[in-house]
Amino acid sequence: MNTIHKIIGTWALPLLVVSGVLLAGCQNGQQIGSSDDAASKVYVAPGEHDEFYGFFSGGYNGQLGIYGLPSGRHLFTVPVFSQAPVNGYGYSEETKAMLNTSHGFVPWGDAHHPELSQTNGETDGRWIFINENNTPRVARIGLDDFKTQEIIEIPNSAGNHASPFVTPNTEYISAATRFSIPMDDKDMQNMDVPIDSYKENFRGTLSFIKVSDKGKMNIDFQILMPGFDYDLSHAGKGPSDGWSFFTSYNSEEANTLLEINASKNDKDFIAAVNWKKAAEYVKQGKGTMMPGEHVRNYIDHEEGGIAKSETIEEVRVLDPRKLDGLVYFLPTPKSPHGVDVDPSGKYIVAGGKLSTVIPVHSFAKMKKAIENEEFEGEVMGVPVLNYDSILYGEVENPGLGPLHTEFDGKGNAYTTAFISSEIVKWDIEKTEVVDRINTYYSPGHLMIPGGDSQKPDGKYLVALNKITKDRYLPTGPEMFHSAQLIDISGEKMKLLLDFPTEGEPHYAQGIAAEKVIENQKRFYKLEDNGHPDAITSEKQARVERDGNEVHIYMTAIRSHFTPDNIEGVKVGDEVYFHITNLEQDWDVPHGFAIKGANNAELLIMPGETLSFKWEPQKEGVFPFYCTDFCSALHQEMQGYVRVSPKGSDVEIAYGTGQ
Amino acid sequence: MSKKNRLWMALASLMLILVYFFPLWGISMEAPQYPEGIGMNITVNDITGKEPHDLGNINGLNHYIGMKAITPDSIPELKIMPYIFAFLIATGLMIALWGSRKWIVVWLGLFVLLAIAGLVDFYIWGYDYGHNLNPNAPIKVPGMTYQPPLIGSKQLLNINATSLPHIGFYVALISMGIASMVWWKEGKTDDGGKSEKTMNNNTRKAA
Repeated sequence: MNTIHKIIGTWALPLLVVSGVLLAGCQNGQQIGSSDDAASKVYVAPGEHDEFYGFFSGGYNGQLGIYGLPSGRHLFTVPVFSQAPVNGYGYSEETKAMLNTSHGFVPWGDAHHPELSQTNGETDGRWIFINENNTPRVARIGLDDFKTQEIIEIPNSAGNHASPFVTPNTEYISAATRFSIPMDDKDMQNMDVPIDSYKENFRGTLSFIKVSDKGKMNIDFQILMPGFDYDLSHAGKGPSDGWSFFTSYNSEEANTLLEINASKNDKDFIAAVNWKKAAEYVKQGKGTMMPGEHVRNYIDHEEGGIAKSETIEEVRVLDPRKLDGLVYFLPTPKSPHGVDVDPSGKYIVAGGKLSTVIPVHSFAKMKKAIENEEFEGEVMGVPVLNYDSILYGEVENPGLGPLHTEFDGKGNAYTTAFISSEIVKWDIEKTEVVDRINTYYSPGHLMIPGGDSQKPDGKYLVALNKITKDRYLPTGPEMFHSAQLIDISGEKMKLLLDFPTEGEPHYAQGIAAEKVIENQKRFYKLEDNGHPDAITSEKQARVERDGNEVHIYMTAIRSHFTPDNIEGVKVGDEVYFHITNLEQDWDVPHGFAIKGANNAELLIMPGETLSFKWEPQKEGVFPFYCTDFCSALHQEMQGYVRVSPKGSDVEIAYGTGQ
Repeated sequence: MSKKNRLWMALASLMLILVYFFPLWGISMEAPQYPEGIGMNITVNDITGKEPHDLGNINGLNHYIGMKAITPDSIPELKIMPYIFAFLIATGLMIALWGSRKWIVVWLGLFVLLAIAGLVDFYIWGYDYGHNLNPNAPIKVPGMTYQPPLIGSKQLLNINATSLPHIGFYVALISMGIASMVWWKEGKTDDGGKSEKTMNNNTRKAA
């Protein structure tokens, strides 16, 4: 208990000091740190567009929030790992399978890190990937229609946190286990063992997901690792291309009260993985195919738009004890969180969250130390490099609790300091702090569009804060998280805008709008609709009974459904509405809902077919209607289904306008 | 007719080939909900949307006021027009070859008459679409009809419709202009075109 008091005492004092400064600031003036011309810099006139797309993870809402920058306007939310009643994602027959896992249907996820696809080290606007921490998964979202197109589960993993960071040409995406779990040495299966056998039985894995030219993901290999917690990751670039870096904490291998027991070691590790070498080993057939059941779900509008699930039973595992040159440990103070590679690819920056400095490792020195075998030990076949041999420099006085760093492409790095609630700007070559600015409050990640790529757009920075408190009108005990937009175009950082963000954004990514706009779909072409239950004209509308299944092939167009009067449905039937939106115009969705349905509405985009399952429990006449205000006669867009008792002889009958 | 004028006459005929590649007439519509506009083009053999799905969307909107759907297949004129232009091209070329000035007048006269007939026909179709409305239409505004303007702009409820000639029509006008010029220039030579068959070189010198 003494240790606990010591730790709390150590951090409580700076927290109090900082809060004091902030409160004083509030009393003195309304615009804390905000520059006078801030309003004009973030003002996007009515009808004008933002300069950047911002993709903000939704955290525990399992979604991806889309914001315009610099205005901070919330443009859209893409459902990814969570069912979304707003449009039926995860409820409709077409999208349900997207949430399948080896644990069955999982309706919720914890989404942390969005990551844009890259070409030649630059964001390219094709896809954005995002990880799920709880039931380890990675999703791919198409930036042509802003829909989740694929989700792959990560086997032999628990807490997929160091994910999904891309290599410079999106060859691979990283996925590392945050929580180590017991793994049988023979088949890597989770084991029923005492939890305090951690040191003996628990292992970690670093997974590399291969991405095809069309975006298809598959797990190419996993590297078996000591039982630490693997936290974050970034791929090398330029000279360090071919390597990936993963932070780890809990090198103490504690299994209880980690806040104390995993904070003991002076240094933990960054794992440097030579993924090009690993890929060569894989090509040579090295490593072992191990059981690793995982599910891959994908949806493709050109293939009918119905999600398909496949279960993959095995995964290739590389063991550093058997394969040389795969992984090296870079000792790094002190429970490092973020690991970030600067745009030149020469420096590896760690956010040692309990450290009083920001350590900067040199990739060139690391290579040299490997060559000269300047090792100070070995853990589970992984050589530990000598700290002094690899260190480029340490940034002094970087604020308290440094977490994450991004770059402006002009030689500067920006690091969030969680405890002192600030962003610190520092010169990479000189490893010297040059500016600092307060944030409100306690930033986790920060984001500069392209800030983790080789070509950052060093104009704006967004601080993604973990504490909101008094920043907006109060909404009771629970509130959105707060973000601040900071101008980094000049020497001094300037606070421009405060805006609330949905869920709990962890990381965000930004991209110049023009890279995304050109590929935008406005609607799905009816002639390309390959859905097996699609109908392309009202003449094809029909109702068919097959045992106790009733299939209603329905169309929606302003402002009616065909058919809109349906009889012959009976209690106990499984009724499927297959609804095709016949519109071929931008922004004319139709919705569908029926009284008492036990799922969500459907929101059907023009040219799309979605299916709605309904199991009527009672006899009577049940209205259905369009939920999206589609037209002047939207209120008239309704219909009825007559439900007769089980065994009734009411025949199937249907029509519109008779 | 001089060789030069024969070439001009041949050009007047051949340029009508462009009519097969560019619309003759266009109707553009603006409404608050259509910031980028919506519209249709009338070509020599079809009515198409300015954007791929515009015609379908125009028909979708028109059903509220009870206007018949615009279906190009139901308009016989669109089947005849390609032959009319083919006829004008062929006969124009024959006149250029033959070199007869007086046939230019006949050709021109026919061309102008056909153009006027086309515009009258267009007006009649517009009148029919705009006036013969389904009595069960959801939107009925007393006294309101929806005939698009023959040429110019007109506000029809929330839609401002603008009807204007398109490239094909201007091509036809230029073709007429060139043919008229040939006829007029040939008129200035003193032999009145009587000896054009044998006197080409001399005529050119005289001209």
